[in-house]
Amino acid sequence: MSGAMIDTAGAPKMRRGFPLSAYLICAGGIVWREGLRFVHQRERFVSALVRPLLWLFIFAAGFRQVLGVSIIAPYKTYILYEVYIAPGLVGMILLFNGMQSSLSMVYDRETGTMKTLLVSPLPRWYLLCSKLFAGVAVGVVQVYVFFAIAWFWEVRPDWLGYLSALPAIFLAGLMLGALGMLLSSLVQQLENFAGVMNFVIFPMYFASSALYPLWRVQESSPLLYRICQFNPFTHAVELIRFALYRQFNTDAFLIVLGCTIVFLGGAILAYDPARGLISRKRQ
Amino acid sequence: MQDGILSQEEGRLPALSVEGVSHSYGARKALDEVSFTVPQGSFTALLGPNGAGKSTLFSLVTRLFDVRHGRIHILGFDLTADPGEALRRLGVVFQARTLDLDLSIRQNLVYHAALHGLSGAKAKARIGEILATSELRERLSDKARNLSGGQLRSIEIVRAFMHRPRLILLDEPTVGLDIRSRAAILAEVRRLVREEGVSVLWATHLIDEIDESDRVVVLHQGTVRAEGLVPHVVAAERAGSIGEAFTRLTGVTAANGREEARA
Repeated sequence: MSGAMIDTAGAPKMRRGFPLSAYLICAGGIVWREGLRFVHQRERFVSALVRPLLWLFIFAAGFRQVLGVSIIAPYKTYILYEVYIAPGLVGMILLFNGMQSSLSMVYDRETGTMKTLLVSPLPRWYLLCSKLFAGVAVGVVQVYVFFAIAWFWEVRPDWLGYLSALPAIFLAGLMLGALGMLLSSLVQQLENFAGVMNFVIFPMYFASSALYPLWRVQESSPLLYRICQFNPFTHAVELIRFALYRQFNTDAFLIVLGCTIVFLGGAILAYDPARGLISRKRQ
Repeated sequence: MQDGILSQEEGRLPALSVEGVSHSYGARKALDEVSFTVPQGSFTALLGPNGAGKSTLFSLVTRLFDVRHGRIHILGFDLTADPGEALRRLGVVFQARTLDLDLSIRQNLVYHAALHGLSGAKAKARIGEILATSELRERLSDKARNLSGGQLRSIEIVRAFMHRPRLILLDEPTVGLDIRSRAAILAEVRRLVREEGVSVLWATHLIDEIDESDRVVVLHQGTVRAEGLVPHVVAAERAGSIGEAFTRLTGVTAANGREEARA
């Protein structure tokens, strides 16, 4: 009705842009908020630790007599089953943490707090990457607390191994967090997230090298072996396993890196208002 | 990052310009060729009954939805081509509560400031500045979940002003509040508008939230039915009041906040 047309020729030319400090403050704020939420949700921290520790204390104790682990890289001697599954349990922490972060994104979207993030003037890809980094940082803290407890359970890589594993743990966390972020853009309601447990977390975890070496899987089921090889979680676990013993698994690294780029790219597209699924779903 | 000072070019442009914007949800058209402006320094009420398309319009102006048809400029910056520059000049209060209830009030405000590139120290100084005379200053350490609906809304309004925006959007900010809280919120926003010199687009379906000196944009069934200063819209419709003009323009009886609260 109104003919309110703007004279675009008179539009301001001066763009102040955003200084580097604005980006850093923004990322710091997102990490800080994620940390606060984690501290406030003590039960989340406890359950994140109890889950892998139960596997280590009970499952591994039961299976160490049943499952023999031969000498395979990166190990140079026979190892306890507890030592074998420790990298898989680290992967489990990161997997659940990634899904927990995406669950909180769905929750934030339902409660409206996600809007606060999305109307920030900084680029949306940057906001999502910051959110992802924040979630991974929380996951890394959980992993090192797990390592500290597992040390008393004879899971004792050398001290430099803890350090060399850090980039691998971080990259694996990024991949799983990016996958969670992508899933959060596909899940419409919080209630639907239970499906993610059944169709993503459990299959990813069990169809991998987290609990048993792939050569054993191949002996019993070549098909399952193939599936395990296609599962990016397998490669995340192997990347961590090798890094924990100061070895670099190039194949695992490239696959994890590639999957991270694909998942994160998908999540950024999904949260982009121009192309994304978020606004379309509201229709 | 944001100093709130307008460049000379920005000073002469409308705070908000919506040009021929349409948006559909599947086959249903929520907005149809909507065009209007919000001049700088004005308090503009976006008046429309429930379902008129106000929230859809807000989702487009805040870039939660992509503008697929038409153009939106904030102080001359095209929202699609230059979203960062446009959004840094914008503050928003959404209809639904968007505070993190598990965080304290101060933490919520500092987090919002960080999202706009404001350091913690600057954020705290700004909080002190905005809440200098407010009772809410004493509640900054309280968790958001311990505040009343009216107090939460007040904090959301403070939050919208944190990064010194030049345009504030408020989507039905008084919904669900009692009469006293409604009046207090409206008075608070008008005070901040006077003191900060910002422009406001206040979406409402309540006729008694509109002042004689305000500008009004009447939105109904996704189209703009009238736009201008309240006396002009009333005169154009040969009505006795803005409520009567609204009824003539939309065929809907204007809702009144006091009556709604009593109901």
